[in-house]
Amino acid sequence: MALPSYTETRYRIWHYIYIAICAFVFFFLIAPLFVIFPLSFNAEEFLVFSEGMKNLDPDAFSLRWYKDMIYGTKNPWGLAAKNSFIIAIFATIGSIILGTLAALGLSSRHMPYKGIIMATLISPMIVPLIISGVAIFFFMAKAGLAATHTGIVLAHIILGTPFVVITVTATLSGFDHSVTRAAASLGSNPVNTFMKITLPLILPGVISGGLFAFVTSFDEVVVVLFLAGLENTTIPVQMWTGLREQLSPTILAVATCLILLSTLILVSAELLRRRSERLRGINR
Amino acid sequence: MSSETKQILTTDGIPLEVSLKKAEKKNKIKAFLLVAPLLLFLVITYIFPIGDMFMRSVDDRMVTNMLPKTFKAMENWQNLDELPPEEVYRGFYEDYKLLAENQQHGKLGQRLNKEKNGFNTITKKLFRQIKRKKIDESASLKEQINKIHKRWRDVEYWQAIKRTAPPYTASKYLKGMDMYFAADGSIAQVDEDRRIHRILWLRTLEIAFFVTLFCFFMGYPIAHLLATLPMKYSNLLMICVLLPFWTSLLVRTASWMILLQQQGIVNDFFVMIGLVADDNRPEMMYNKVGTYVAMTQILLPFMVLPLYSVMKTISPSLMRAGKSLGGTPFVAFWKVYFPLTIPGIGAGCLLVFILAIGYYITPALVGGASGTLISNQIAFHMKTTLDWSFASAMGLMLLTGVLVIYWIYNKLVGVDNIKLG
Repeated sequence: MALPSYTETRYRIWHYIYIAICAFVFFFLIAPLFVIFPLSFNAEEFLVFSEGMKNLDPDAFSLRWYKDMIYGTKNPWGLAAKNSFIIAIFATIGSIILGTLAALGLSSRHMPYKGIIMATLISPMIVPLIISGVAIFFFMAKAGLAATHTGIVLAHIILGTPFVVITVTATLSGFDHSVTRAAASLGSNPVNTFMKITLPLILPGVISGGLFAFVTSFDEVVVVLFLAGLENTTIPVQMWTGLREQLSPTILAVATCLILLSTLILVSAELLRRRSERLRGINR
Repeated sequence: MSSETKQILTTDGIPLEVSLKKAEKKNKIKAFLLVAPLLLFLVITYIFPIGDMFMRSVDDRMVTNMLPKTFKAMENWQNLDELPPEEVYRGFYEDYKLLAENQQHGKLGQRLNKEKNGFNTITKKLFRQIKRKKIDESASLKEQINKIHKRWRDVEYWQAIKRTAPPYTASKYLKGMDMYFAADGSIAQVDEDRRIHRILWLRTLEIAFFVTLFCFFMGYPIAHLLATLPMKYSNLLMICVLLPFWTSLLVRTASWMILLQQQGIVNDFFVMIGLVADDNRPEMMYNKVGTYVAMTQILLPFMVLPLYSVMKTISPSLMRAGKSLGGTPFVAFWKVYFPLTIPGIGAGCLLVFILAIGYYITPALVGGASGTLISNQIAFHMKTTLDWSFASAMGLMLLTGVLVIYWIYNKLVGVDNIKLG
């Protein structure tokens, strides 16, 4: 932001203070993530930068914690990663199906009691996780689903659907309903219309809601801590245990992988958002 | 021919109005059927269990079911300042004997002990007498039981039993506010040095409030910068906001644990610029400082995104107009720009506050003893003390607070206006 040449000195100073504040906040937001990268390649067991690392000595860096993460005999990361992906994938599919259907209904102008139903459907996102955790635990314990994958998947569907409902409703808000009427007038049945016309148009919203649901499930620890047995451990549960007991560099190796994964998700979400805005004809 | 007299008919010969209503109704049902699966799923797995939490939190039927005869007999106990009549003793004896046969007497002793200290001893004594068959059921049970221990002659213990009679109680809620039902049924405060819950509630509010404040003061400038910069720069900077947003909460907490430890980089930096001595590094983790810093960074994106989406819609020409009409940049900002961003401020602050008030993971990891919040206490009672009814009561108290804020949020912003990314 270039300042016009006639700006008075005091506003000029104020402007640079403002830029400095912004720079600090951006640094504050992003820098903590970058501490993890170099430390995960530490050859030593301590979680501080060694003298060798500060001097960029190649011997001070190693892949031992990554090897430990993958091959370590006592490490539960393999099982945890498998569980995390299985649970997150099923939870995402469930959230997408239930959430998209609900969003289609909610976007109809004939929907009765829209406000209160919307508030109910969004509530798992607003209610503190600890309360959701307690409530879901009571249900799963009664239903005999505690310490099962099914139980955790159901719990994550509860937590994931609000995101799908919100993103798909937002996509549908710019949706031109005359195209579905056109399809119907040309003799298409509703299911066919949905698959051929509606779905392709709202797909960016569906996928981005699905990404939210995936990340919610993949990152969720509070509810899983209530529900999981030893067999259902997930990556966040293992990280939680590791961080509570002893911060080992292996956790940093896992964290680095997770940051790479989230970068991947961020890029796809961003691309989808732009595509969705282009499709809805929003130009900025 | 006036239009009022002639009804408009569809091709089927049905009045248009009726036909339209029918179609509307069909559409309504169709829309509702689409929502129904999710609604039903949530009601069964989520809304009912929250109701179940409420039932658990007020449920006190254990003793009611254990001592049916006692409570029946107590209905005739008129003067509560005197020891109850023989029939109450008999009822209690019969109930207790049945419990002892079913190995349930221990539970009763523990429960009554919570109501009044010293019950465990005297119920155990009674149990031993019953086991040795030393009690003559044909004689006066009042005299025999009174002889077992002097506390059985103390009317306060019988009053305590009577207090457990109602099947529902609000005592868990009082306990959550450091209060209890005194012997005479009035509400009393616990001793000053044992008021732990009130401290936790206040601390939770305090931390949520300050985290919201910090997020606001840090989020407002960068949201403004992002909204006013040309697209190609702002997209790049937006990554700084979105990458933490998408990154695992535990990863971000882990990185703060590394940064804030005593030998960590933040402390290294303070030593380097000479702010603190090398041998006197401050403890920045396992206390409130750690909680504040980590929570502010973690929740900041939730402040920036709503602010950004509001600021994006404000035309830059408004500020120029303000300035051209003679306002200094400050006046133009304060009188024109700031009021326009208030919806975004409301949305961001409420969102951050709601999230902060129920925070659990980060305070548990970096908070230490002085940084723990009410959520940690709920988890503690769920997992360690197993006092689920108390955990439920506290959870519902927290939920009530959150729902009030949610309601305000809904009035101000509308849930369907929540924007993500």
